[in-house]
Amino acid sequence: MNNHSQTSKHTISALVLDKPGVLNRISSMFRRRGFNIASLAVGQSENPDLSRMTFVVVGNNSVVEQVTKHLNKLIDVIKVLDLSSENVISRELALFRINSSSQARSEIMNLSNIFRANVVDIARNTMILEITGDEEKIVAFEEMLRPFGIIEIMRTGTISLKRGMDASTSLPQPKERKNQSSWGEAASV
Amino acid sequence: MKLTGSQMVCESLIQEGVDVIFGLPGGAILPLYQTLPEYPALRHILVRHEQGAAHAADGYARATGKPGVAWATSGPGATNLVTGIATAQMDSVPLVLITGQVTRAAIGSDAFQETDTTGITLPITKHNYLVMNATDIPRVIKEAFHIASTGRPGPVLIDLPKDVLQELAEFKYPETLNLPGYKPATGGHPSQITKAASLINQSNKPVILAGHGIIISNAFNELKALAEKAQIPVITTLLGISSFPEDHLLSVGMPGMHGVAYASLAIEESDLLIAVGMRFDDRITGKPSAFATNSKKIHIDIDPSEIGKNIDVEVPIVGDLKIVLDKLNTKIKPNTHKQWLSQIDELKSNHPSLDIRDTKKLLPQFVIKELWEATKGESVIVTGVGQHQMWAAQHYQYTEPRTWITSGGSGAMGFEVPGAMGAQVGAPSKVVWSIAGDGGFQMTMGEIATMVENKIPVKFAIINNGNLGMVRQWQEFFYKKDYVATIYKNNPDFTKLAEAFNILGIRVTRKDQVKPAILEAMEYPGPVIVDFVVEEEENVYPMIPAGQTVGDMVEEPRTTKAKL
Ligand SMILES: Cc1ncc(C[n+]2csc(CCOP(=O)(O)OP(=O)(O)O)c2C)c(N)n1
Ligand SMILES: [Mg+2]
Repeated sequence: MNNHSQTSKHTISALVLDKPGVLNRISSMFRRRGFNIASLAVGQSENPDLSRMTFVVVGNNSVVEQVTKHLNKLIDVIKVLDLSSENVISRELALFRINSSSQARSEIMNLSNIFRANVVDIARNTMILEITGDEEKIVAFEEMLRPFGIIEIMRTGTISLKRGMDASTSLPQPKERKNQSSWGEAASV
Repeated sequence: MKLTGSQMVCESLIQEGVDVIFGLPGGAILPLYQTLPEYPALRHILVRHEQGAAHAADGYARATGKPGVAWATSGPGATNLVTGIATAQMDSVPLVLITGQVTRAAIGSDAFQETDTTGITLPITKHNYLVMNATDIPRVIKEAFHIASTGRPGPVLIDLPKDVLQELAEFKYPETLNLPGYKPATGGHPSQITKAASLINQSNKPVILAGHGIIISNAFNELKALAEKAQIPVITTLLGISSFPEDHLLSVGMPGMHGVAYASLAIEESDLLIAVGMRFDDRITGKPSAFATNSKKIHIDIDPSEIGKNIDVEVPIVGDLKIVLDKLNTKIKPNTHKQWLSQIDELKSNHPSLDIRDTKKLLPQFVIKELWEATKGESVIVTGVGQHQMWAAQHYQYTEPRTWITSGGSGAMGFEVPGAMGAQVGAPSKVVWSIAGDGGFQMTMGEIATMVENKIPVKFAIINNGNLGMVRQWQEFFYKKDYVATIYKNNPDFTKLAEAFNILGIRVTRKDQVKPAILEAMEYPGPVIVDFVVEEEENVYPMIPAGQTVGDMVEEPRTTKAKL
């Protein structure tokens, strides 16, 4: 692999057929080629036959170019977009279970307000906080919570869309595609 | 019309123009076998091992350009196909493989002979399918043939549970395809083609580096037109051999690890490298950062992921070579490159890599050269992997596409027997010679029985050096001649083996016996084994050790008149 640029995080979005085995094909390709995924999120798109995936990939520009090309090469992948240089909105969701003695509670609530996080569960000595935002915001919140004692963290992967009018990876509705079970092939997984 | 899944498979294969299938039955695929007699248009060749079926389908595909078809039962049948599938994937060979699977309800229960076939073959196929409804069979087969044979070709596997093969459903062969995620590039970007043409027009020392893509794309004439119009020397990769006539004045031969010295040196000297249908494999580049450092590069390939993967290029063009070269040829100016061509001639005379040492001993290089002369270069040559493969690449002159068939990317020993069988089935009017290693031959020689049974008259030239020659050579060079596990102490008597198969066997131990044996073999109406008992410790030269540079090339001392 050629390296001329520095390693950094890149966001890639892909529109893929929503059928069994697709995630396996993609993760198998990443593993085999030694690409490093920092996060991966999958969900249904505006088209019920298609899922949209967001990958955060660590590498230099030529690595990201290879990732994009190898994703495109998969038959079940319809469209791939490197969002790294685009003006994008990125969000992730995180849940934190933290120690919260009764004395600390109001301080934690204050912090949560500042970060626009929600208290979603409260017990005698712990509470669960929910926050959405870009990665930096979540990391900053985590740092602020650390002194109280973090028991568990659960984070989703990053999801991203391009800002502005034009859609990043949308497609016209594919013709003739019926519900997914009639597509037949499960192709591993 | 309602058909069973098995009938649908056969009908669909006929729709796709399939005429031969290599395979071996078992429980899960039995419904398909029991249906075969209804379809006499489908010739089935019963192999002795499923690896043979996959390699034979591969040899057939490389000899004809049509997808090869092999099938096997679930579990061990499917896993035995794996080496052949990986070989086809590495060398971009179109195959359609069909495997039986346990019944739908049993999938995931570790049933008898259940294997996750689509899981195992996921990274070594271009695409694969597990079909869960008989209605999907026609569409899946149509897609499989399309995907296997278009774009950058490759193997596609279809896994069919036994009860899907037995299920009745309405059969209608689809007329159109709906593959929104699969649209191989074809034409090449016009402005990139213009850029490439201007680089070519400005270059003083261009070379073409032609790979398998030329043969796959049938761009033989377009390549020749490009080379001749601007008088550009042509170097071919291992799999690019036979994409350009080797008796042509502009032909320079193969570069790289065991390529001729002047081809590697010409790449090093060039100011422009026009790489067409090749992928800068490490056997060509050696150390990538030290490869062709004096040249700008144009890279034309149908697979965008190959561009910039190993080597940076100035002008990438993604497209089908036949179309792209045709467009490119209209934009390039005639040239003579007199000085450059005479510089290459000088390299050739200073580095006579193909001279064969004068000795009474039976040298493997000599056998190959005699084979070329005796067959007038008109045979289809199929090889195994190792020293004999490199000598066959070097000392036989190939002038027609699809006359050189070898396992390149995967380097699968054992390819020489079933690969040759498939090539002969695909090219029945040609003489097919398998240039075999004594090691590789013994991996798959059971298929000789298949050839006798099916009257497939392949001629075998075993280059019998009594050892795993290529590995022994590495041990000689890099491990102080410590020959661990490379010398055979008890090879079989290959002529007696021929007798056991009921075919002709000839042993050759002297130089004067070589030509008569070759001619006798070609006159014999069936398969023949010629056992060439050659010098045991002969080495392949030149050699650029793995990961090193042209400057590290080791030439046979005698053939180096001057060092560059
Ligand atoms: C299936 C397989 N196993 C091991 C190897 C490693 N290997 C490469 S060349 C070679 C020796 C081949 O011996 P033989 O077929 O006798 O050919 P020779 O080199 O002697 O001409 C071996 C073992 C391989 N390429 N393929
Ligand atoms: Mg040998």
